[in-house]
Amino acid sequence: MFDQADALLLARIQFAFTVSFHFIFPAFSIGLASYLAVLEGLWLKTGEAKYLDLFKYWLKIFAIVFAMGVVSGIVMSYQFGTNWSVFSDLAGPVIGPLMAYEVLTAFFLEAGFLGVMLFGMEKVGRKLHFLATLMVALGTCVSAFWILSVNSWMQTPVGFEMAASGQFLPGESWWDIVFNPSFPYRLVHTVIAAYLTTAFVVGAVGAWHLLKDRTNQHARTMFSMAMWMAALVAPLQIVAGDMHGLNTLEHQPAKVMAMEGHYESHPDGAPLYLFGIPDDDAQRLDYAVGIPNLSSLILKHSLDAPLAGLDTIPREDQPPVSIIFWSFRIMVGIGFAMLGIGAWSLLARMRGKLSEWRWLHRAALLMGPSGFVAVIAGWVTTEVGRQPWVIYGLLRTADAASPLAAPAIGASLLAFVVIYFAVFGAGTWYILRLMKSPPHTGEFGVKRGSKGPMRAAGITPGPTQNPGRDPDTLPRDKEEANDGS
Amino acid sequence: MAVNVDLTTIWAFIIAFGIFAYVVMDGFDLGIGILFPTFNPGSGRDRAMNSIAPVWDGNETWLVLGGGGLFAAFPLAYAVILPATYPLIIAMLLGLVFRGVAFEFRWRDPSHRKAWDFAFTGGSFVAAMAQGMTLGALLQGIEVVDRAYAGSWWDWLTPYTLLTGLGTVAGYALLGATWLVWKLDGDAQVHARTMGKRAAWATLLLIGSVSMYNLALNAEYASRWLSAPEIYFAAPVPILTGVVALALLRALATERHSKPFWLSIALFFLGMAGLGVTMWPYVVPPGITIWDAAAPERSQIFMLIGVAITMPLIIGYTAWAYWVFRGKVADEGYH
Ligand code: HDD
Ligand code: HEM
Ligand code: HEM
Repeated sequence: MFDQADALLLARIQFAFTVSFHFIFPAFSIGLASYLAVLEGLWLKTGEAKYLDLFKYWLKIFAIVFAMGVVSGIVMSYQFGTNWSVFSDLAGPVIGPLMAYEVLTAFFLEAGFLGVMLFGMEKVGRKLHFLATLMVALGTCVSAFWILSVNSWMQTPVGFEMAASGQFLPGESWWDIVFNPSFPYRLVHTVIAAYLTTAFVVGAVGAWHLLKDRTNQHARTMFSMAMWMAALVAPLQIVAGDMHGLNTLEHQPAKVMAMEGHYESHPDGAPLYLFGIPDDDAQRLDYAVGIPNLSSLILKHSLDAPLAGLDTIPREDQPPVSIIFWSFRIMVGIGFAMLGIGAWSLLARMRGKLSEWRWLHRAALLMGPSGFVAVIAGWVTTEVGRQPWVIYGLLRTADAASPLAAPAIGASLLAFVVIYFAVFGAGTWYILRLMKSPPHTGEFGVKRGSKGPMRAAGITPGPTQNPGRDPDTLPRDKEEANDGS
Repeated sequence: MAVNVDLTTIWAFIIAFGIFAYVVMDGFDLGIGILFPTFNPGSGRDRAMNSIAPVWDGNETWLVLGGGGLFAAFPLAYAVILPATYPLIIAMLLGLVFRGVAFEFRWRDPSHRKAWDFAFTGGSFVAAMAQGMTLGALLQGIEVVDRAYAGSWWDWLTPYTLLTGLGTVAGYALLGATWLVWKLDGDAQVHARTMGKRAAWATLLLIGSVSMYNLALNAEYASRWLSAPEIYFAAPVPILTGVVALALLRALATERHSKPFWLSIALFFLGMAGLGVTMWPYVVPPGITIWDAAAPERSQIFMLIGVAITMPLIIGYTAWAYWVFRGKVADEGYH
C-alpha cells in the first residue's frame, strides 16, 4: 500500500505539522514573557496596582501557553532523530552543539525560574520575583537565538568541512557557524514577529473589553500598550522583512523567484506580481496582475535592473512555487494590515479617542489572530522555499530521511493530528475563556484564578499582593466553591 | 575494562549524568502520576500535584538535555536508536504531552477534572513504560548496517522489554511515593508510605528478574558480571543494592521525612552503575561503541566549555527553586 516515496512524504507532513503547531506557542510566549516583565517592572516602578492586576491576568494565560509550548517542543527535539536520522547523523556534529547550547542556556533558565514566576510571588521578595520573570523572558529569547541559528545554518551553510563519510564537520571557527549569513536577519524578523503577534492578541483582548465597557481602566491600559507596539514595531518589521528578502536574494535566489512568481527571467526590469495562479507544470503564472518594473526596484533598487527567473534553475532544484507565492503574500498582506492598524491608532491617540473609536476596536479584535497566521505563513515561505534541500545546496530532503516503514510514520502522524487538535484545542478554549473574563482590580494570580495550583505550606497571600480582593472573583462555580475549602 | 579518560569518555559520563538526573527527577513526577488515582480526589490529589507543580518543567528539561546531548555528542547513536524504537519514542512523547498539560488544565476546568486526572495518570504511565522499554530494546541489541538501523519496526517488542518497562514503572512509583512521604503529612502521608512499600517490593522483584534475564540474554554481559577480573568491579553493585534495599524497607515503615526518598535515589544510582558495567563501552549494543558514535573533537570541546560554564549555574538555580518551595505541602495555605 505504501512505498518509500510515501514514507518521505509522510515524514515531511509530520515534521511540518508538529513544528508548525509548536511554533504557534513560542510566537506567543516569547512576546508574552517580555510583556509580563514590562508589566511587573512598571508595577515595581510606579506602584500602581493596575499593572499588577494586568500582570496576574496575563500570567494565567501565559502558564497555559507555556505548558503547551514545552510539551510540543519536547516532541520537536526528538523529531530530528525519528524522522530525519540520516540528516541527524550527517549534520549532528555541526548543529547538535548549537541545540545543546539552547538546552543549557535557554531551556534550563526558563524552566528553572518558571516555578518561582508562576507560584512564588508570596514566597520570595518582589525583587527576586521580578528577577525570575526577567530570566524567563530572557530564556525565551535565548532559545530563539540558538534554534534560529540552527535553522539559518541549514539555509545558508558555512564554516564546515566535509568528511569522507559525508558528515558535516565543524571548521575552524564556531563563530562563522553560529553567525551564518542569514541568521541575523532571521533572528530579528522572527523575534519582532513574536512581539507583534503578542501585541495583536493583547490588543484584541483589550478591544473586546472596551467594546463591552468603555470605562474599564485595565482594558484601556492594555489596549493602549498594544497599540504602541503595533504603531512602532509594524513598520520596523516591514523594513526587517525587506532586508531579509534582499539577503535571501543573495543566498537563495530560487526562493525569491518563487516568492515573486518569476518563472521567466526579466532582462529589462521585472514586474511585481500582486496576484496570479502559479502553474508549476507549465512553469507559468496564470492570470497575473502586476506592476511593471516594481520588483526590480524593490530587489535591485533600479527600475530596469535585470532579474533572473526560475528558467535559469534546473527543474529538480526548484521549490514548489504555488505554496510559496501565496504564503508570502499572506504574510506581507498581514504586515501591511498591521501597519494600518498602528497608524489608525496613532490618529485616534492624537485625537484623544483611543478608548472611544468603536471601529478601531472592532478592527483590532478582528486582527487578534493575524500574527499567528503571518508567522506560520512566513515559516512556510522560508521552509518550503528551501526545498528540495534540507541543507541548502548540499543535502536533499529526500536523502535525509529515516529508514522507516510508511505505516509506522502514517500511524504516528494520525496520532499527532488527533491528539494535538484535542489537547491544544482544549488549551485554546481555556485561554479564550480566561480572555473573556474582564481584567479587574484585585486580579488573582495563577494559583487562584479558578482555584489554580497552589504552593507549599504555611504561606498566606501577602496583603500587598492581593489588594482589595473583591467578592466577584471568588469561585462562582459550585464545585469549585466546595472543593478543598 | 580499560577506561581511557579522553573527551569521548567524559562525554559518555556527562550524558549518563543527564539521563540519571532525568530519571530521578522526572521519575518522581511520573511516579506521582502513576499513583495519582490511589489518592483521594480532593485534597490528596491536589496536594500531590502541587508538590511538583513548580518544578516538573525543570525536571523534564533533563530529558531534552539527554536527547539533545546524545544528538550533539553521539549523533550516530541518536540516529540509530530513535528509528529503532520509533513507536516507543512517539508513545513517550504523546504521553508527556498529556501529562504536561494536565498540570494546568485540571485547574482551569473543574467540570472535566476527572478526565484531566486520567490524562495525567495515563500519560505518566505510558511515558514511564515507554522509557523502560526503550532501555530494554537498547540492551537487547539493535541491528545496524551501514550506519543505519536495519531491523523492522516491531523488533523492540519482546518479553524482556516488557519486563524492563514494568520495572521502570515500579521504580518511578517508588520515587513518587517516597517524595510524597517527604512532602505530605497526615493521612496522605500514611497512604504514600503504604504505596511506597508496595512499589519497593515490586521494584526489587523486577530489578532482580531483569538482572537474571540479562545474564541469559547475552554471553558478553554474563562474562562481565561473572568472571575475574571484572567481577571485582561489578560485585559491589549487587551487594550494595541489597544493603540499600533493606534500609529502604525499614525506613518506609516509620519515616516521616526525606530518608526513604534519598534511599530510593541510591537504589536508582546503583541500577545505573549496574547498567554501566553491563553496557560499557557500547552506546548501541552490540556493534557501536562510544568512540564509533562520537562527534568530532571540535564539537566535543565546544560543548564542554558550555557545560563547564552553565552546569554549575543550572544546578545552583535549580537548587534555589527547590529551596523556595521547601517544606510540607498543605492545602490550608491559600485560603
Ligand atoms: C523562534 C523561536 C523558536 C523556534 C523556531 C522553535 N522553538 Fe522550541 N521553544 C521556543 C522557541 C522556539 C521557546 C520560546 O523557548 C519555548 C516555547 C514555550 C517554551 O516553553 O519555550 C520552546 C520550547 C521548546 C522545548 C521545550 C523546552 C523546555 O523543556 O522548557 C523544546 C525541546 C523545543 N522547544 C525544541 C524545539 C525544536 C527542536 C525546534 C525546531 C524544530 C523548535 N523548538 C523551534
Ligand atoms: C518554528 C517554525 C518553523 C516552522 C513553522 C517550520 C515549518 C516547516 C515546514 C512547513 C516544512 C516542510 C517543508 C516541505 O517539506 O515542503 C519544514 C521542513 C523542515 N524544517 Fe522547518 N519549520 C520551522 C522551524 C524549523 C527549525 C527551527 C528547524 C531546524 C532547527 C527546522 C528544520 C526543518 C527540517 C529539518 C525540515 C526538512 C524536512 C522537510 O522538508 O519536511 N524547521 N519546516
Ligand atoms: C510586509 C512586510 C514583510 C516582509 C517584506 C517580509 C519578508 C519576509 C521574507 C522575505 C521572508 C523569507 C525569509 C527567507 O528567505 O527565508 C520572511 C519570513 C518570515 N516572516 Fe516575514 N515579512 C513581512 C511581514 C511579516 C509579519 C507581519 C510577520 C509576523 C508577524 C512575519 C513573520 C515571518 C516569519 C516568522 C518568517 C520565517 C522566519 C524567517 O525566515 O525569518 N513577516 N518574511
